[in-house]
Amino acid sequence: MAQSEALNTGFWRRLSRRTQHGDGLFYLGTLLFALVVIGMVAAIGLVTFNGSALARSEFGLSFLTGREWKPVDTDVRPATFGAWPAVYGTLVSAAIAVLLAAPIGIGIGIFLSELCPRWLRTPLSFTVELLAAIPSVIYGLWGVAVFAPVFRDAVAKPVSRSLGQVIPALAGPVAVGRGMMVAGVVLAIMILPTIAAITRDVLAVVPNTQREVMLALGATRWEVIWQSVLPYARAGVIGGVMLGLGRALGETMAATMLIGNSQRLSSSLFAPGVTAASLVASELTNANSPLHESALIEVALVLFGITLMLNLFARLLVWQVSRGPAGARI
Amino acid sequence: MRPPAHRSRFPWLFSLIVLPLIVLSLALLPGGAAASEPATADLAATATPKPTAKPTVRPTVRPALKPKTTIKPTATATPIPPWAPRQLSATLKGSGASFPNVLYQAWIQVYKLTVPNVAISYQSVGSGQGISDFIKYLTDFGGTDAAIAEARVKTEAPDALHIPMVMGAVVATYNLPGISNLRFSPATLANIYLGNITRWDHPAIAADNPGVKLPDTDITVVYRSDGSGTTSIWTDYLAKISTDWKTSVGSGTTVSWPVGIGAPGNAGVAGTVKQTEGAIGYVELIYALANKLPAAPVKNSSGNFITPSLSSVSDAANGVTYPASLAVSLTNAPAATAYPIAGFTYILVRANTYTDADKAKALADFIYWGLTEGQGASVRLGYAPLPTEARYLAMKQLYKISVKGQQIFSGPVK
Repeated sequence: MAQSEALNTGFWRRLSRRTQHGDGLFYLGTLLFALVVIGMVAAIGLVTFNGSALARSEFGLSFLTGREWKPVDTDVRPATFGAWPAVYGTLVSAAIAVLLAAPIGIGIGIFLSELCPRWLRTPLSFTVELLAAIPSVIYGLWGVAVFAPVFRDAVAKPVSRSLGQVIPALAGPVAVGRGMMVAGVVLAIMILPTIAAITRDVLAVVPNTQREVMLALGATRWEVIWQSVLPYARAGVIGGVMLGLGRALGETMAATMLIGNSQRLSSSLFAPGVTAASLVASELTNANSPLHESALIEVALVLFGITLMLNLFARLLVWQVSRGPAGARI
Repeated sequence: MRPPAHRSRFPWLFSLIVLPLIVLSLALLPGGAAASEPATADLAATATPKPTAKPTVRPTVRPALKPKTTIKPTATATPIPPWAPRQLSATLKGSGASFPNVLYQAWIQVYKLTVPNVAISYQSVGSGQGISDFIKYLTDFGGTDAAIAEARVKTEAPDALHIPMVMGAVVATYNLPGISNLRFSPATLANIYLGNITRWDHPAIAADNPGVKLPDTDITVVYRSDGSGTTSIWTDYLAKISTDWKTSVGSGTTVSWPVGIGAPGNAGVAGTVKQTEGAIGYVELIYALANKLPAAPVKNSSGNFITPSLSSVSDAANGVTYPASLAVSLTNAPAATAYPIAGFTYILVRANTYTDADKAKALADFIYWGLTEGQGASVRLGYAPLPTEARYLAMKQLYKISVKGQQIFSGPVK
């Protein structure tokens, strides 16, 4: 009896010791996973920084503002590289995408979580999420084969002939129909599901009391959503928009196929441009010279920097709006 | 202290997952070179079985080769001893130009039937990457459409040998409804791509095409957005025939285009041209032939308008004065029947830094085989074969390969 009890307690003690040991292992394992993420970011930064050493020493900070991207030496001038066309194209196409996708995406999210009849909710949610699962090359293909020609004939040409005469940003020519505008529109479709799904999810967790209080005060549906539900969830909504913006900035395949890949800066949004991601993807594997390769890696570094700053900005924004009472008006 | 013999079930399983991850990350972290070696080997291994997906190649290639190889008369009357690749065992890795990829994969597949113990892999990664892989000793041979720049040969790859394998050409294609017989003179092409000629009814185009009713549409210039050997040949040609182009744009795998829009790949350029009325673009000859795109004849250095075809492309390598390195541009070639926008695609090998004699022998045998039996396959797959003179020069390059002072190849020039 005594012996069996000793064995018993020994067993339990060992077991508890063992599970503690397991906890330690679990802790270390998960810590490692978390550190791997930090390590990856650091490694990406380090590799792009080291790889761009040649271009950085050659062009210095003027690389960022340089408007010339001439990758080959000729008899009269050496190759010169400037990232500004790529940075400009990246920012403009992403801005178009977010300006289009944010209102529509948030609208979809509100409808899905607040207004949608139950029978429609599941198929609609499913379709929106399906949109997010389509690979970008398919968006690109669809954009090139279907959307760009339609957009060119139905939107770009009439607009450039009418409004474009007054507003330089909408001027022609739009012969091919590839350019920053059409790339921005397709990017908007690509980031729409991200924004819509996140908006729906953050609105779904807004406590019902928020709505009930407003309803009890005699508010309309619109007032409930606009003054009570959305302000409560605004940090999450902003987060969703920023996530979408991040995807638009880094999108490569669809952008390469649609933006026209031209380094010439143009005031018109219908003109072809280039994005940082598409530039790197297009030229890196077959660079003309080590300097060209290094300059492309520096473009990647710049894009990395832009994304990082965007994330910081998003953090600041979320922090800014989430101060004060949770349900306050925007 | 604590007996590790028994642990509770969950952490044990968990550690099974975690430990390999730790080991893996440790293996990958230090020394990029050590880690990348097996990685590329893996890639190579997966790349090799790929061509088996195309069973059509083998049966069509085989019978066509027979006559080509056995009876090839040379100047000497002495009977040539039959040459056969040596039965060695080696693994050869290569990477580079995408243009000859289809041909090389077909060669590799057929060659394996003759020499089963030589495993060859070729990854189509682009000429630029092929050159840098070769220079960094990541591969045994490289593939490139453009010769390595002379300055770069001196500093980075002093013992690189260029061996031309087959020829390719770049053609101008366009989209003008109802018109499929346009032809161009060099200056017109350059001026279109420089943005000096912006409309199709420009007198310069009309002068090249008497009797063709040209529309008054705008010209939309389309170019390759990805760095490619195709662009390299195209811009090399434009730089040769136009001083404006040479000074303001230059030539390379990517250049800064004065006008137009870029689309990725041959398919991207062809698709954009097809979609856009009044567009002009350039694609590989093979691509144009396979997709039945209009391919404009271009006036060559002798003043003849030459329709791009496999034979007119092969002619571009005739009558050229070859330097010892064979690294020569074939655009605007001197032969009267030559299509002017053509070029070699090369395999790069090392003259004297192979350490494994079997590997060097196997490689030389394969290349020699490609230059003899393989040329028949090239025609069937749409590549222009080398003309005799260039083929002989290419074979003689193989004699320059030596391992530890020993020449490793002595096949007949035939």
